[in-house]
Amino acid sequence: MQFDTPAATNPIDQLKVVGRPIHRIDGQLKTTGRAMYAYEWHDPNTPYAYGYPVGAAIAKGRIKSIDVSAAKKAPGVLAVVTTLDVGELKKGQFNTAKLFGGDRVQHYHQAIAVVVAQTFEQARAAAALVRVDYVVEKGAFDLEKAKDSAIEPAAKPGEAPPDTAVGDFDAAFASAPVTLDETYTTPDQSHCMMEPHASIAAWNGDKLTVWTSSQMIDWWRSDLATTLGIDKEKLHLMSPFIGGGFGGKLFLRADAVLAAFGAKAAGRPVKVALPRPLMANNTTHRPATIQRIRIGAGRDGRIAAIAHESWSGDLPGGGLETAVNQTRLLYAGAHRMTAMRLATLDLAEGNAMRAPGEAPGLMALEIAIDEIAEKLDMDPVQFRILNDTQVDPENPKRPFSHRNLIGCLEVGAERFGWSQRGRPGARRDGNWLIGLGVAAAFRNNLLIPSGARVRLDREGIVTVETDMTDIGTGSYTIIAQTAAEMLGLPIEKVAVHLGDSHFPVSAGSGGQFGGNCSTAGVYAACVKLREAIAQKLGFNSDDVVFENGEVRSGNRSVRLAEAAGSDGLVGEDTIQWGDLSETHQQSTFGAHFVEVGVDVATGESRIRRMLAVCAAGRILNPITARSQVIGAMTMGVGGALSEELAVDTRSGFFVNHDLAGYEVPVHADIPHQEVIFMDETDPMSSPMKAKGVGELGLCGVSAAIANAIYNATGIRVRHYPITLDKLIGGLPDVA
Amino acid sequence: MRAFTYERAPSVEAAAKAAASNPEAKFIAGGTNLLDLMKLEIETPTHLIDVNGLGLDQIEPTQEGGLRIGALVRNTDLAGHGIVRRDYGLLSRALLAGASGQLRNKASTAGNLLQRTRCPYFYDTNQPCNKRQPGSGCSAIGGFTRQHAVIGTSEACIATNPSDMAIAMRALDAVVETVKGDGSHRAIPIADFHRLPGDTPHIETVLEHGEIITAVVLPPPIGGRQLYRKVRDRASYAFALVSIGAVIQPDGTGRIAVGGVAHKPWRVEAAEAELPKGARAAAGILLSDARPTDHNRFKLDLVERTLGAVIAEARG
Ligand SMILES: Cc1cc2nc3c(=O)[nH]c(=O)nc-3n(C[C@H](O)[C@H](O)[C@H](O)COP(=O)(O)OP(=O)(O)OC[C@H]3O[C@@H](n4cnc5c(N)ncnc54)[C@H](O)[C@@H]3O)c2cc1C
Ligand code: SF4
Repeated sequence: MQFDTPAATNPIDQLKVVGRPIHRIDGQLKTTGRAMYAYEWHDPNTPYAYGYPVGAAIAKGRIKSIDVSAAKKAPGVLAVVTTLDVGELKKGQFNTAKLFGGDRVQHYHQAIAVVVAQTFEQARAAAALVRVDYVVEKGAFDLEKAKDSAIEPAAKPGEAPPDTAVGDFDAAFASAPVTLDETYTTPDQSHCMMEPHASIAAWNGDKLTVWTSSQMIDWWRSDLATTLGIDKEKLHLMSPFIGGGFGGKLFLRADAVLAAFGAKAAGRPVKVALPRPLMANNTTHRPATIQRIRIGAGRDGRIAAIAHESWSGDLPGGGLETAVNQTRLLYAGAHRMTAMRLATLDLAEGNAMRAPGEAPGLMALEIAIDEIAEKLDMDPVQFRILNDTQVDPENPKRPFSHRNLIGCLEVGAERFGWSQRGRPGARRDGNWLIGLGVAAAFRNNLLIPSGARVRLDREGIVTVETDMTDIGTGSYTIIAQTAAEMLGLPIEKVAVHLGDSHFPVSAGSGGQFGGNCSTAGVYAACVKLREAIAQKLGFNSDDVVFENGEVRSGNRSVRLAEAAGSDGLVGEDTIQWGDLSETHQQSTFGAHFVEVGVDVATGESRIRRMLAVCAAGRILNPITARSQVIGAMTMGVGGALSEELAVDTRSGFFVNHDLAGYEVPVHADIPHQEVIFMDETDPMSSPMKAKGVGELGLCGVSAAIANAIYNATGIRVRHYPITLDKLIGGLPDVA
Repeated sequence: MRAFTYERAPSVEAAAKAAASNPEAKFIAGGTNLLDLMKLEIETPTHLIDVNGLGLDQIEPTQEGGLRIGALVRNTDLAGHGIVRRDYGLLSRALLAGASGQLRNKASTAGNLLQRTRCPYFYDTNQPCNKRQPGSGCSAIGGFTRQHAVIGTSEACIATNPSDMAIAMRALDAVVETVKGDGSHRAIPIADFHRLPGDTPHIETVLEHGEIITAVVLPPPIGGRQLYRKVRDRASYAFALVSIGAVIQPDGTGRIAVGGVAHKPWRVEAAEAELPKGARAAAGILLSDARPTDHNRFKLDLVERTLGAVIAEARG
């Protein structure tokens, strides 16, 4: 199905199943432990072996030799495969760092060997016996120092250019009566999903089956085939349940590669999970940024000039953290410029983490907006409303498909009691300094082709198959809702099978595109199935109605089970996107409101309550959508208050590489959270008229917290995370 | 984790003897620290002696009017014990500020006293660390040291002792009772129990190899307001950046022990004499020889401010 004109009224608009607060259809499997995650697949008749990875002990250099003699002799060891044994391997399209093979070490904890043994414990013990001789080379590990050597990378096809400019920023900024020019920093962050990267690989001749934990089945399949030098068709990949990804499982990782080599060497299926301490330095992370923002405004509060520059680093061949994305679109202003520069750093690969670009970009921009509003003596909600734009400010001929940022701000301010906000440092509750903060949320809506196959059987059951993944988001449920709506069935009559490379290629999970795109793909397949049913029955497909398990046309009606016949009927299609996202800017909007308390003595900041208001098209399921948003808000709390991969800039690695050192929020950090979805649809986005919310929920949260801390204390911190050491010098005397 | 043999000791004396005769042996109690370290091969005992079944899990009043806490009493049980809650509130509060409910259910009194540092370089076996591998160097010095010690440090090690419970024990003047391999007993005042790193940061206490802790004894209760204030980046399940255990009497005198700043619970009696004058005076003496790094200099201010809040709360 080609989607190139705005969606008209369609069966989804009935909203009998779609849009309803339906609990996860896979919820019981998960709460009872029956949902099988990658490492847990277990056929009692299969003699699995266990692989344990060895990570490089240096950040940059060459491996002279690897001595595996002791490891090979250790109890239970079946095989040891080193990066030198396998030689140079081709790199997958989506990987910057190589995952395995050859003698170059590009980053700390790069996989350099896998030890396979009969038990996990034996493999782990033997892995500690591998001795490696390195030649250490000097590397660059400090973004601040590398910043001046950062370059303007070539624009990648299909991606936004590093630089944009409209009007004459310099002149407009110079003549603006009120200006702001500040630099903000965001640290490297780790995905810290609950389930580690894990794979089981099983060879059968030259065919390979891999159970893994992947957000993007087809990307992984292609990249694993490339890395192993085998034909993609020989590779069967399965990832039906995933314990979180946050972007960390978008791209093929070392566990799958090591499992494949280990299984080949051991001659039996091998399980490999990345140990938690390897995760920070072996996989990808959200790269740190340095961001300079300049805003010039008139006394009337209108932005005249806005500039956002960002610096980030990555391994050679890597990419930018696109932190200026939102600034190109969020606020009006005739004179504007954005620029991004990329430094070379020899840390682990920087790559996508939930809301890449916008998440760190808004961490900076939305503090800057708070600052300029204050300089103008304006309420920051009002300032944002005043500077709203309904068109792409870099290209005013291009309207937004639908934009209700103002509504989010107004509803949120009302519901949150924004009017209680006082001057900085004015409110106190015992030992707590109390502050309120607000930030806008913004994340683009991305469109990726997505396919599905839908089968109707003689029991009247509809089975959906697509390689779409459910990383905890609720894909199973919204896909079932979509098929049920399209075929006039209750949700119990729909079975959903996901995450298998035998199924049609879908959008996958990432960039908050999965919900809208994958259901649109299911929609397209259901349209095909409806046609097949109508055709088989000789119905005119224009006037058929699917309702209550029946298909009707005029005064004829047939039960679906009957229509299916003994062979059943199948519809398969892929949604393809026209140019609606070029003619119209498609984005999602929101507003975050936060109340914090800052301990007047210690400077500990604790969240008291949070509200997110989201305008993100049709909400397909308010339960799963809310769950996405509150999870994202929680991540924003971590980003604001504690999360930072600490870089040892001497030897080049993230030091706090476990969950004791890298502090994500715990329950006690997250009190009252509320989410409001604006009632809206976006017919430009898809036949579902939905957009994404999973990343929107994170965008702006950290800045709202930073602004609330400022409101509580009068201390403006521009460097995340806002830990107490950054506040303590400015707090009132207590001794 | 290296392969190890395992035995359940029949008696305290047998446990001590077995351990003393095998330089590679270690006791295991709750295992919440030791097993983690063994998995990472930071600890590599080849023999474990399980001390859980030795009847060391009782809490009993002493003749002097104090409390004898068996070495195997779980942190949860200790924190919830009626007499502890009534007379040694500081201890109860310190315990509940540590770890999580699940961990406290397993963690023992002796194991808690002997838990090892949380220095991230200690945890990464690729990095030099004098505590893990004597003589290899200290990679924390000059590196990421936000959590590290500010006082009592050495050129060899700047790690902290992470225990919350030990801070309370220090302020309450607890005494550690042990049995050695030769069957002899001793009682070690908590002040002498933990060591500063000096040139031998791998030696953290005065215990001899094979010496088993049987109990920790609290002297008779001293009254006062007993407070434990743990300062950390998140609200729970994090080690202290700084913590203060305090017993403040109605006349403003009292005792304070500080966590998160040194290789042992930090208590300076001379600083306590300044308590009636307020936090600044007391903190000034407490930390007078501090040698912070750029990353952890904030702890000096933080100790003073937290102490101020604790004193205010005690008076309030
Ligand atoms: C995730 C996590 C978070 C934590 N957070 C905190 C926190 O916030 N605050 C805090 O204070 N602690 C915290 N801890 C540490 C926890 O308190 C300790 O792990 C626990 O107290 C150790 O007790 P255990 O009985 O399990 O000791 P084990 O692990 O069994 O033993 C520890 C050491 O003591 C020795 N030992 C045990 N018993 C005896 C004995 N009777 N005589 C002689 N030697 C003995 C062992 O040989 C070993 O060397 C945390 C731990 C974890 C894993
Ligand atoms: S501070 Fe101590 S524990 Fe940490 S690396 Fe240095 S020697 Fe090891």
